[in-house]
Amino acid sequence: MTLEWVHPGLVLILGAWALPFLKGSTKRIAMVLLPASALLLCLRLEAGTYGAVHFMGQELVFGRVDRLSLVFSYVFALLTLVGMIYALHVDDDAQHMVALTYGGAALGATFAGDFLSLFVFSELMAVAAVLLVWLRRTPAAVSAGFRYLLLHMFGGLCLLGGAVLYWSQTGSLAFGDMSAYAGSAAFNLILMAFLLNAAVPPLGAWLPDAYPEATATGAVFLTAFTTKSAVYALIRGFAGTEMLIWWGAAMAVYGVVYAVLENDARRLLAYHIISQVGYMVCGVGIGTELALNGATAHAFSHILYKALLFMGAGAVLQMTGLRKLSDMGGLYKTMPLTLALYMVGAFAISAAPLFSGFVSKSMVVSSAAETDRAGIFLVLTLASSGTFLHTGLKLPYYMFFGKDRGLRAQEPPVNMLVAMGLAAAACILIGVFPALLYSQLPYLVDYAPYTTRHVFDTLGLLGFTALGFFMLLSHLDPESSVSLDTDWFYRRGLSAALPVVNRGLARLEGFVGQIYDVVMQRYVLRVAARLRHLDARVIDAAAVGIGGLTQTVSWGLRAMVTGNAQYYGLIMAAGVLAALALAVFLQ
Amino acid sequence: MKFLEKHLEDPVRFRRMKRWFYAGLAAAALSEFAIPRLFHAEPAKFWFEDLPAWESIYGLMSCVVIIEVSKLLGKLWLMRPENYYDS
Repeated sequence: MTLEWVHPGLVLILGAWALPFLKGSTKRIAMVLLPASALLLCLRLEAGTYGAVHFMGQELVFGRVDRLSLVFSYVFALLTLVGMIYALHVDDDAQHMVALTYGGAALGATFAGDFLSLFVFSELMAVAAVLLVWLRRTPAAVSAGFRYLLLHMFGGLCLLGGAVLYWSQTGSLAFGDMSAYAGSAAFNLILMAFLLNAAVPPLGAWLPDAYPEATATGAVFLTAFTTKSAVYALIRGFAGTEMLIWWGAAMAVYGVVYAVLENDARRLLAYHIISQVGYMVCGVGIGTELALNGATAHAFSHILYKALLFMGAGAVLQMTGLRKLSDMGGLYKTMPLTLALYMVGAFAISAAPLFSGFVSKSMVVSSAAETDRAGIFLVLTLASSGTFLHTGLKLPYYMFFGKDRGLRAQEPPVNMLVAMGLAAAACILIGVFPALLYSQLPYLVDYAPYTTRHVFDTLGLLGFTALGFFMLLSHLDPESSVSLDTDWFYRRGLSAALPVVNRGLARLEGFVGQIYDVVMQRYVLRVAARLRHLDARVIDAAAVGIGGLTQTVSWGLRAMVTGNAQYYGLIMAAGVLAALALAVFLQ
Repeated sequence: MKFLEKHLEDPVRFRRMKRWFYAGLAAAALSEFAIPRLFHAEPAKFWFEDLPAWESIYGLMSCVVIIEVSKLLGKLWLMRPENYYDS
């Protein structure tokens, strides 16, 4: 590691350990300074390969810096900064340390040039993420965290297994375009690991399960890193994988459908992460330069507006203690700033003109049109309508307007508003000056978002979605319920399967028991009885007999043992005489 | 937020706001139809985009379909009582 290469992620991961030793305003300065310096380091990086390390005959690359990794590193570092400002008021060192580590690991995964370091940083991200959930310290958070960990360890093992297979095929661990290995087991395993991290259904139920259970400030980090670094990895390795096109489009609609049914504010937003990542996955599948630029740009703006939306919902959660839409209403009277900042995020995710989503989402949709995919174009446009319907209309309506439930919660602390303001400013800045973002994208951008057709089409789409919303408002009243998702399989399916498994086991146990009974009672016990009989009758009798004989002989011998020397002498003499007589006679 | 409060809670002002909303919708649909034709905007990629006020109609349709289909799916299959996973 030379002076011109300081890993920005390492600054965050190591710097986090300084926080517990700092107090008061020094600590708060460090909390801002660490991500700010990581952001500066990213901004100063020049393309190239840094931090190559030889490890067990393999070359590990910790610093693959190119246009793709740079643009992702900017937004990850920026989001870490915004998230830390949002969390400044929280008096919990553990959360801050974990959040910084999480951001650092995301940067590590972004700059990783080989599968092994990518795996290590992914696992670090999984652990940090689960800690952000657990640090809410409620029973629901603890169990959701365990489910998160279960799924991500599975994903991590898929990545590791795929990497080992890839290494055995190619002799290298370098992570690059995988299209040459399409169809191989290594390709499928690694793709599955990334799809799990990107929350692609049916592997994505962990996301709406865990994110709403995280701490109010921790959830902001969660929305950004795991899914988007998976999108980065998909762009890097799996661009043009045909299968992802329809999968991504289906995912965009899937999130929207579940959002209709959802009552928990942050879970509704979590389903919209899945929907938005669907656009990116679809872009990866289409795989043209416009589509990949679009997926990258959309990941960039998505991280900012989704964090802003989660910050808005988190502010309401923090100030009211409420998470269900059915309990909220009328908050606009006392939280107007939160409402205004939230709405910036809502317009950005809905791709309204002058907001960031407008210039990024449209690239993916246009790439579908450019490649003559009318079906994909229609599905993605439908999902756009659904996005505005939920994040732009349903959620703010029930949270801030709707029925006034007499909640008079105040605005959140200044640092939260500042963080939201920063994210909102970024959403508007990108929307108004798209060139700022376009100039950072991996490929040269030849795309103009602000055409008359596009602007007026979007206004029509959004306006009439609003009309539909108000027409069907009575159908949308949130209900207290949970929605079945693929997490059912490991939350209920397994316990439903247990009695079945148990019954099978019981039957097996009965069978084994019967065999045991037969063998034991019929044969083993009978043989044992025989042996006991033998023991009692023969061996005992023999022992007793020998004992008795020995006793009789002893009594006889006792008479001869008198202790007088003359008798012993006499007996010895008699013995010698007898021996002599024997010798004489025998000769 | 006195301004919003006044407009939302006063029925007269609320009705006026609603009329502005409908007027805005009409303007959006009309301009979507007219403006690309007036200004010779770039041609559409798909034939259906040239239907009059296509995105407005498709937006309304999408919104209704999403709400109704999701609610139907929810009622028939997906929605469970809140303590479903706790019991």
